[in-house]
Amino acid sequence: MHHLEIRGLATGYGAQQVLKDVTLPVDRGEVVSLIGPSGSGKSTLLRALIGLTPPTSGEVFVGGSKVDYSSRASLRQLRDRMSIVFQQYNLFQNMTVLRNVTITPLKIKKRPAAECEREALQWLERVGMAHKHDAYPDKLSGGQQQRVAIARALATRPEILLLDEVTSALDPERVNEVLDTIRGLTSEGITMIIVSHEMAFVREVSTRVAMMDEGRIVECGSPQQIFGAPLQERTREFVSKILRH
Amino acid sequence: MFERILQDAPQFFAGSNLLFIAQAMGRTLAMTLIGCGVGMVFGLLIAVVRISTTPLLLPLRALLVLYVETFRRIPFLVILFIVMFVIEPLIPGASLLSIATVSVCLLSTAFLSEVIRSGLESVPPQQIEGARSLNFTFMQSLFMVILPQSWKVILPPAAAFIVMFIKDTSLASQLGVVELTFAGKMLVNRGFSPVLGFGAILVAYFILSYPLSRFAAYLEKRLASS
Repeated sequence: MHHLEIRGLATGYGAQQVLKDVTLPVDRGEVVSLIGPSGSGKSTLLRALIGLTPPTSGEVFVGGSKVDYSSRASLRQLRDRMSIVFQQYNLFQNMTVLRNVTITPLKIKKRPAAECEREALQWLERVGMAHKHDAYPDKLSGGQQQRVAIARALATRPEILLLDEVTSALDPERVNEVLDTIRGLTSEGITMIIVSHEMAFVREVSTRVAMMDEGRIVECGSPQQIFGAPLQERTREFVSKILRH
Repeated sequence: MFERILQDAPQFFAGSNLLFIAQAMGRTLAMTLIGCGVGMVFGLLIAVVRISTTPLLLPLRALLVLYVETFRRIPFLVILFIVMFVIEPLIPGASLLSIATVSVCLLSTAFLSEVIRSGLESVPPQQIEGARSLNFTFMQSLFMVILPQSWKVILPPAAAFIVMFIKDTSLASQLGVVELTFAGKMLVNRGFSPVLGFGAILVAYFILSYPLSRFAAYLEKRLASS
């Protein structure tokens, strides 16, 4: 049984169909990267998976059970197991770093306060942000905010982590600190779906890479195959353009 | 004129007159604070219903828009008369002060709901998406994420409205509510110098509104730093 199974997923914004027909089985612990040009539906796929842009057709199974995106209970169960990190971090601006990380386990999952705090500090330590636990997000650099956002997502103990262009909004100098953080997580056994334009990184951490174009997965394979010997013309074109610089 | 003021002063500042002015101040303050307090609570409710997107609440939203847009456009004096003519036959013997207070509530709810709505809408949608993705319910997002971030946008115009309304309650004197302005008129009618009578009322209005402005400024500063 696949950990996450996406079958014929489609959605869009209003009349505009962005995601057309995506089928992608993902096994537990896999790191699948989505690559492709802007507007190909990579971010929309992540948003659809976590129900922020609910799918209009198709099916999603998590751990074998089907997600019903029109049911609050089903969405709640889904988001209990799945977390997303956004391009713009979306840290709660009215809370300190520590509060950002503890609030979900504490107030939403109702876990004991001491345990939440200890675990939050461990995660912050892990992403190298424990020393800033008292700071407010607007006092942090983009890279620091993004690392806190990763800690916040992990503190909910997700089985599946979605990373949506987490380095795109960052200073080039800050990119590596975030990539290093994610690299360190790949050994945790968390299933990850990564949207990224950092090809060297994608090549290194992914177990599989899916090439997307116009709302569909054009080709999916090992990083070596996708970057070294793409089968589809579209993939070849994209990869050669990307790798040229 | 000054001779008259000097001549009236000892008698004017007698205890009974000061008490009379203090009571009038109390009425002005009560109308403003009760009215605007109720306005904040119901304004918040209206704002929350208006930013919600559930189709279920669509008819309610339409009604609320109608209410808000109507009452924001009627002069306060007209609201006072409407409320008086509606309430008097329904509740015979309703006090003029309560009629005026209800009128303040009606107007301030409409006004403050717009102030609060624009505050809630100032919070970037990404904040709400972040909360939704973490399983926050609508109410949890509202109280833990949206409201704490919108106070600093809501507070300055809300405080300005309340301070302004301290002055606008003077229109209730047209109904016969013995608030500050009416008290001034009564003192002058009793034969005191108009400059003295209304001068005292001026000071009383200042005493009411100045601390409120300072308090709002203090809150604003505190909210901005957090």
